[in-house]
Amino acid sequence: MQIRAAFQNWLRKEGSAYAFLSIYAILFIIFIVVPVLAAFFLSFTFFDAIQPPHFVGLSNYITLLTQDDIFMRYVLPNTIQFAIIVGPGGYVLAFLLAWMLAQLPKIPRTIFALILYSPSMTAAVAMTAVWKTLFSGDQTGYLNSFLMSLGFMNEPIQWLQSPDYLMTVMIIVTLWSSMGIGFLAMLAGILEINPELYEAAAIDGMNNRFQEIFYITIPSMKPQMLFGAVMAIVTTFQAGAIGVALSGANPTPQYSGQLIVNHIEDYGFLRYEMGYAAAVSVVLLLMVLFFSQVANRLFGSDV
Amino acid sequence: MFKKWFRQSTGIRNRGINPQGFHVSQLKFYMILIPLSVFMLLPILFIFSTAFKPPDELFAFPPRFFVIRPTLKNFQDLFSKLTTSGIPVSRYLFNSILITIITVISSIVVSSMGAFALSKKNFALKQILFTVNNIALMFVPIAVSIPRFLVIQRMGLLNTFPVHILPVLAMPVGLFLLKQFMDGIPDEIIEAAQIDGASDWYIYLRIILPMIRPALATIAILTFQAAWNNAEISTLYVNDESLRNLAFYLNTLNSQTTGANIVAGQGIAAAAALIMFMPNLIIFIFLQGQVMSTMSHSGLK
Repeated sequence: MQIRAAFQNWLRKEGSAYAFLSIYAILFIIFIVVPVLAAFFLSFTFFDAIQPPHFVGLSNYITLLTQDDIFMRYVLPNTIQFAIIVGPGGYVLAFLLAWMLAQLPKIPRTIFALILYSPSMTAAVAMTAVWKTLFSGDQTGYLNSFLMSLGFMNEPIQWLQSPDYLMTVMIIVTLWSSMGIGFLAMLAGILEINPELYEAAAIDGMNNRFQEIFYITIPSMKPQMLFGAVMAIVTTFQAGAIGVALSGANPTPQYSGQLIVNHIEDYGFLRYEMGYAAAVSVVLLLMVLFFSQVANRLFGSDV
Repeated sequence: MFKKWFRQSTGIRNRGINPQGFHVSQLKFYMILIPLSVFMLLPILFIFSTAFKPPDELFAFPPRFFVIRPTLKNFQDLFSKLTTSGIPVSRYLFNSILITIITVISSIVVSSMGAFALSKKNFALKQILFTVNNIALMFVPIAVSIPRFLVIQRMGLLNTFPVHILPVLAMPVGLFLLKQFMDGIPDEIIEAAQIDGASDWYIYLRIILPMIRPALATIAILTFQAAWNNAEISTLYVNDESLRNLAFYLNTLNSQTTGANIVAGQGIAAAAALIMFMPNLIIFIFLQGQVMSTMSHSGLK
């Protein structure tokens, strides 16, 4: 009886909050929590999607670390190279652009912000057609034709099929479309800073814009900086499919553009070794978590 | 007149953050931003230009960037085209429009209700749940596409219409932005309404929703992009051609054969890419003011 009364009391006090949250919570559990937990579970099993998974302990991880030559020689270095340049590189670029935009009056600022943001609105699939034409490998390709007419080179370059260039093209293309909501958040953050802070600093003798950035701008907008960092990390790893899209093949030519996401797809959807693919997914999730922790150290409020 | 302008643009007034007008010190930023913007715009201009090129300009050598004699032929070809399975392109477009409209509306409802609970209601798990959602901001859907596939398969959602909508609704960044924006609404307003006897439902519908319009516009844009540009769902979870969307169709255009076909296909692919891009652009132009005012609440502490 007492339990029932307590339950009714709880229902009256908190029931409506849970009711409002329920639909989102259910979808969140089904499409985010369960898949992540399932990835952890499957990573300890052998699973080929036909027979039920059976437990194999840590052997997937051991194979990944000791026997997966392609992972160690290509996928991991590629992913780290791509992530470092596109992640922190794109992030610093987004901040600098946001900072420059904040120095302009409203109308030009809005126009530039729109131009810089619009690439992130394009769908990756839609742009693949464009990149394939622009970077086309024969002499009718736009970039080849342009560079050859300027005399920079004599032979057309197979931009998307050559292991020497694929990664560079992937990085440029991803950076191009990386000024997303993190960039807008940082722009809004800079504009929100109280102008009196700058005036006070000027009176105290600060006369250098770089000092201003490091001692006033960034400390005053740490929360937006952190949000921007998390968004940069997510878009970086989410962009992993670009190499396969550009070169039109998984695996990419000589694994030159093979990123961890493609490795997961290769094992999961092409070879049906889903347990092993899940172990790679877990490694990827841990990488994202690690990078976010670094960002949290830099900009978090509770350090 | 010139003297006044000169004083205005060299004096102290228009320097620094968020200036009111032009100042010579801004010139250096224009010198960086203008070339960069041109570079950023080139691929988008290229879509426009290619979409309107007649066949002989597509095949021209050396290739020309800008169209000379624009034509609508690529668009006509796109819509008169049947895919190998006999589905007209207009069907993909129709699916895309329907999926996007339903997703955007449901996302606004679902996320704003969740955000209302997390921002304005008191309950024991509130802080923990918000933290869980913040951690999920880092969630990379592509990483768990396989377990997701298994979940969707178990639920019998493969090859159904709702599979396009439901996964997109679980959008941590949407809930996060709405919640942050709602935190800016003073609690006194809600307490006053409660004293007047308003129910939670009434407060949500009549007080909260009208006050968070900018944030709702932002969620609408983000969901729109997530749904409209989504090719993964059609590729991974749908086999039935008549249930797939336009983004998926574009993907099949990309993977077509080599040779003369690929050049002719460029025009059609660019026309489809333009149809994909324009709605994003138009919606963003209309709502950009609202987006910026939401983004100033976006700080992650």
